Amino acid sequence: MVRSKRLVVDCDIHNSIPAGALDPYLSQRWKRHGELFGYRSHQGSLYPKGAPNAARHDAWPPSGLPPGGDLDFMRQQLLDGEGIEYGILNTLGAAGGQLNAEYSAALSHATNEWQITEWLEKEPRLRAGISVVQEDAELAAAEVERMHEHPGFVQILLTVRTSEPLGRRKYWKLYEVAEKYNLPIGIHFGGMHGNPLTGSGWPSYYIEDHTGMANAFQSQVISYVVEGVFERFPRLKVVLIEGGFAWLPSLMWRLDQHWKRLHEEVPHLTRAPSEYIRDHFWLTTQPMEEPHNPKHLLDVFEHHGAPDKIMFSTDYPHWDFDAPDRAFPVSLPPQFRDDVFSGNAKALYGLD
Amino acid sequence: MSSDTTLDIATLPEYERPARWSGLELIDCDVQVSVPGLAALRPYLSRRWQDYLTESGVANLDPPHYPKSSPLSARPGASVDGPAGSSLPVLRAQLLDPWDTTYAVVNCGYNIPGIHNDDWAAAMAGAVNEWQRAQWLQEEPRLRGSIVVAAQNPELAAAEIDRIGGQDGFVQVLLPVRAEAPLGKRRYWPIYEAAQRNDLAIGIYPGGASGNPVTSVGWPSYYLEDYVGFSQAFQSTVLSLVSEGVFTQFPDLRVVLIESGFTWLGPLLWRFDKNWKGLRREIPWVDRLPSDIVSERVHITAQPLDGPADGEQFLQAFEQLDGDRMLLFATDYPHWQFDSGDDSLPSGLPADTERRILAANAHEAYRF
Repeated sequence: MVRSKRLVVDCDIHNSIPAGALDPYLSQRWKRHGELFGYRSHQGSLYPKGAPNAARHDAWPPSGLPPGGDLDFMRQQLLDGEGIEYGILNTLGAAGGQLNAEYSAALSHATNEWQITEWLEKEPRLRAGISVVQEDAELAAAEVERMHEHPGFVQILLTVRTSEPLGRRKYWKLYEVAEKYNLPIGIHFGGMHGNPLTGSGWPSYYIEDHTGMANAFQSQVISYVVEGVFERFPRLKVVLIEGGFAWLPSLMWRLDQHWKRLHEEVPHLTRAPSEYIRDHFWLTTQPMEEPHNPKHLLDVFEHHGAPDKIMFSTDYPHWDFDAPDRAFPVSLPPQFRDDVFSGNAKALYGLD
Repeated sequence: MSSDTTLDIATLPEYERPARWSGLELIDCDVQVSVPGLAALRPYLSRRWQDYLTESGVANLDPPHYPKSSPLSARPGASVDGPAGSSLPVLRAQLLDPWDTTYAVVNCGYNIPGIHNDDWAAAMAGAVNEWQRAQWLQEEPRLRGSIVVAAQNPELAAAEIDRIGGQDGFVQVLLPVRAEAPLGKRRYWPIYEAAQRNDLAIGIYPGGASGNPVTSVGWPSYYLEDYVGFSQAFQSTVLSLVSEGVFTQFPDLRVVLIESGFTWLGPLLWRFDKNWKGLRREIPWVDRLPSDIVSERVHITAQPLDGPADGEQFLQAFEQLDGDRMLLFATDYPHWQFDSGDDSLPSGLPADTERRILAANAHEAYRF
């Protein structure tokens, strides 16, 4: 049953990779490597997620596959059930974060082939991000060169917890290819590349990890702007996925304020930081910000000042899922509502 | 200093109390004092540590968070007779007199957190406190002090708080926001216990040398990123103090966030409250909304203002947190955060709110 009154674009859906599903897409060499040595990535982020697989209790498919692992069930529960016209898959797996970069590249490519075969070609409403080796921009760019022609891929997917701030030069090769093919860089909650979440080390609890993940997004925004990435790549687009958005106005003010005093350190910036931010960053809505006074949410959008950059998302099938008809604690002006639920994402990703 | 050479001080607006606050009590909750050099601390160090400094050729332990010549580090004209913030007569002439300051809480961000030897760190902290007392607090009745501790060893820190906390003039214990571990963790509780025992606030300032990058994604390239990024360290510290149950365990403890910015706090607490509703079984000792706990127990100094140029938007941002109760007036002197006295607080605040920020909130936080 469709509860929502209109069709929406969902910018954050998670499919999951069932055990062994990538094997058909791996060479004998890497299949053997996986059997012998398995996944090896950075350690340190052991925070049980409050629910098995971080999933909604009702998102376990009757087939026995994991939440997000069964396309038919996803169709029924999410795509049909919530009236999703288009959905962007953000396939999170171990692929991009392997310490062995060659293995990481093989897994990323296998993930992409698997996404095409099992999802994109089976379900015309779905789009996906190209999985890449996160910390090796050359390998990542090579994978984008291989995959960009498939119309189902609409962005390049990274996770937010990188080993270095994403504005740094080691990542620029990836932005070159992103700009060349007009593919946004999608940065999703999570990942792990060795740095603790806070400037004073590891917090104790998942609630700190989850709430504090917004900090990682803030750091990436700062880095992209201050390093001058958008001066070098003026057509680059970045999507911040599942990182919240209410923190952004405060960060824009703070950056502008201190840039005024310290601008001589960064003469490569030709505009105020907030201007780059408004032009280059898109944000997804889940987990929805819930001020005690719902009107403050409208203030946030006004302070941000880029209504064309906010895009609805559910984060299906995770526990903190936002349903399209219940997510916003306040009613939005009609045009803005349409843009958030559909128009902005269609424009960014070239849907329709 | 270099900023003086590039800027004509005479062209700067008056740095003084705005006329509209005439006659009001004004408490400046963030004034930086600097140790001018190791020689200033020697009289307060035991023979052993004096010898150690000499034999090892230790240079002054300047805090790494303010590059000496950075425009932020000192207002033009503040460096007279030594580093900015190192001279009491200059402080009187540039700050206490023109602002007609009732009380000023002084903070010394000496690089104690960077020392790996716990005993040495504790000795240096003790010397900074004695220097502070003798050179500043006993000389100038308008000043109140902040106890510097070696947070890397909480037992030694607690002993220092008990040693000097009863002396006149000290109103808080200073902790670096980038400590070796999130400040809510139980290893730090002896410090909170001692602060509560001595009726002192905990002041958390933008310093520390945990070895961890300021961001969750590694070391940034620019000082601008580093300084802006400090607000993230403060965000995670708020999460840690609440989640670990510090405020539950120490019901009389007050925390002041110094030089942290404040417009990030409202949105952080929305996210925190929402997650608490979903995840509170993980931290059962937090038995009410995090935002309620924070607004009762945490204060924030107002500079640097991290708000929009637009006055109305600023007031809206201010409304997003319990700013009426939480905010403390501060100049952050000698750091160059604003030019004219009129810019020290957002304009357009109701008179009653302004009065709370100028003094009443500070009385609650510091119990002068």
